[in-house]
Amino acid sequence: MSFFSTPVRPNAVRAAQDSRSGRQRFFQGATPWLFLIVPLIFLCLFTLLPVANMIWYSFTEWNGLSKDKEYVGLGNYIEFFTRPELFRVFLVSLYYFVASFVQMGLALYFATILSFNTRFKNLFKGILFFPYLINGVAIGFTFLYFFRPGGTLDASLAALGLEQFQQQWLGNPDLINFSLSGTSVWRYMGLNFVLFLGAIQSVNPSLYEASSLDGAGKWQQFRYIILPSIRPIVGLSMILAISGSLAVFEIPYIMTGGANGSMTFVIQTINMAFKFNKVGLASAMAVILLLIVLIITWIQRRLVPDEKVNLT
Amino acid sequence: MKSATFGGLKYLTLIVASLVTLLPLVTIVMASFKTSREFQESGPFDLPESFGFENYVEAFTKGGMLHAFFNTGIILLVSITGTVIIGAMTAYAIDRFEFRFRKVVVGVFLFAVLVPAVTTQVATFQVVNNLGLYNTRWAAIVLFMGTDIVSIYIFLQFIRAVPRELDEAAKLEGAGPFRIFWQIIFPLLKPAIATVVIIKGFAAYNEFYIPFLYMPSRDLGVISTSLFRFTGPFGAHWEVIAAGVIIVIIPTLIIFVLLQRFIYSGFTQGATK
Repeated sequence: MSFFSTPVRPNAVRAAQDSRSGRQRFFQGATPWLFLIVPLIFLCLFTLLPVANMIWYSFTEWNGLSKDKEYVGLGNYIEFFTRPELFRVFLVSLYYFVASFVQMGLALYFATILSFNTRFKNLFKGILFFPYLINGVAIGFTFLYFFRPGGTLDASLAALGLEQFQQQWLGNPDLINFSLSGTSVWRYMGLNFVLFLGAIQSVNPSLYEASSLDGAGKWQQFRYIILPSIRPIVGLSMILAISGSLAVFEIPYIMTGGANGSMTFVIQTINMAFKFNKVGLASAMAVILLLIVLIITWIQRRLVPDEKVNLT
Repeated sequence: MKSATFGGLKYLTLIVASLVTLLPLVTIVMASFKTSREFQESGPFDLPESFGFENYVEAFTKGGMLHAFFNTGIILLVSITGTVIIGAMTAYAIDRFEFRFRKVVVGVFLFAVLVPAVTTQVATFQVVNNLGLYNTRWAAIVLFMGTDIVSIYIFLQFIRAVPRELDEAAKLEGAGPFRIFWQIIFPLLKPAIATVVIIKGFAAYNEFYIPFLYMPSRDLGVISTSLFRFTGPFGAHWEVIAAGVIIVIIPTLIIFVLLQRFIYSGFTQGATK
């Protein structure tokens, strides 16, 4: 059975063995495909075919059910960019974009202080990370209860003597996106924090000792040892924040369904396709989002090379 | 002196952050033990009068949580097993064989990792529907298995580290590629398998979007969708909703406490690949 295997070999060696029968060579060539056939079928069916179909649908007017699709050219794209109420979703994603920088700032702060000797370090680390693992629907309900009138937030304000700040956290359209993006910070900060902490802890500890012998303070250690060691992961997180803030879905969908001015790009796309049966327009929106993500990824690959910063 | 204020500030901020993290959950726990009348009359910080489990029983029976755990369990088991086998096989083929169109295959996988699944659902829906998988558990299973490129990357990293001499030695003993894969390579991938199981396990347990879109039938409710449906029948009954939330969080908490170390390293690997 040994002819089944095809190790990576120089061409010369392979050519020397090519005298074997055609049947054998067929099996030799087919082996990798036997391993790849199932993954490739899945990939074609659930990623490539949908992407191709989506591009096709985006040039048609189609309700998702009827047999015929009417070709409308760029009509759906023009409709998206000329209807301000559709275009508005980009403004909403700005809240999440800004929030993700708050999130990274907090993550960086807590990763830094927990990289120094701290009592109950593992407990604090666990508490700060745990929200990231919780089911999104459970988080949505927890924060509906948190923000509801007379809920956890209002009661906390009352306990602190700040009753005058109690208000409609989810009812006020000027406030709702702050509340929802705040929930998003609560949910995702832990992942950034653990990633940053991991990067900081991969620094050789003797560097800290050496630097403090040289008279470096905590700030200087942060500036010259910690910051350079985590620059790649911070850069990556920042760029992911852009596509992440456009792809926001779960928290606003579960908590408000996009009401009160909290509509996001993805909620709108989903509603367009499955509620209003405008698959053509929804596909155009999905293609726009896909293009934005691809462009951002391309920029990321250019700006943040894969190499790891090595200080030692 | 300066270092003392820094230390004080450090613990103060840590305690405040922990409070902000835990407070929303603690008040949910308290609400879940209150009776309906008690909930109406008390504030979020008032302790429940007694610790009865009536709300939990109601959430479990009327909210269909038992059935939801069953559905989630099946989907989790099948899709994780599939992801591990598919990911390991793909990585083995890509790393250990040279064949025509290898670069094309790698390029296609690279492209797929960039496509955010959330954007393509508009068109994926038609595919799933045409395959006759709509409103079956298979919809979630195949979508979890078929669109997971991250696990292929994790396996690829580990397979590269397995010395090729092992394959060569096994081949000299007369083993074919399938035996080499199952008996030599696969068992050596245990750390990668653990990572994939952890990342995939949490993702599948928490997934809302796919079951919500593809499995609307009440009998097919998973954890997320069953809990989401609490808003209807229990609309004004926050105490039952709170119990449902805690029922969903408890397994996550137990797994986290037991497997902390693996979870941190798993997510770190998964996010930076």
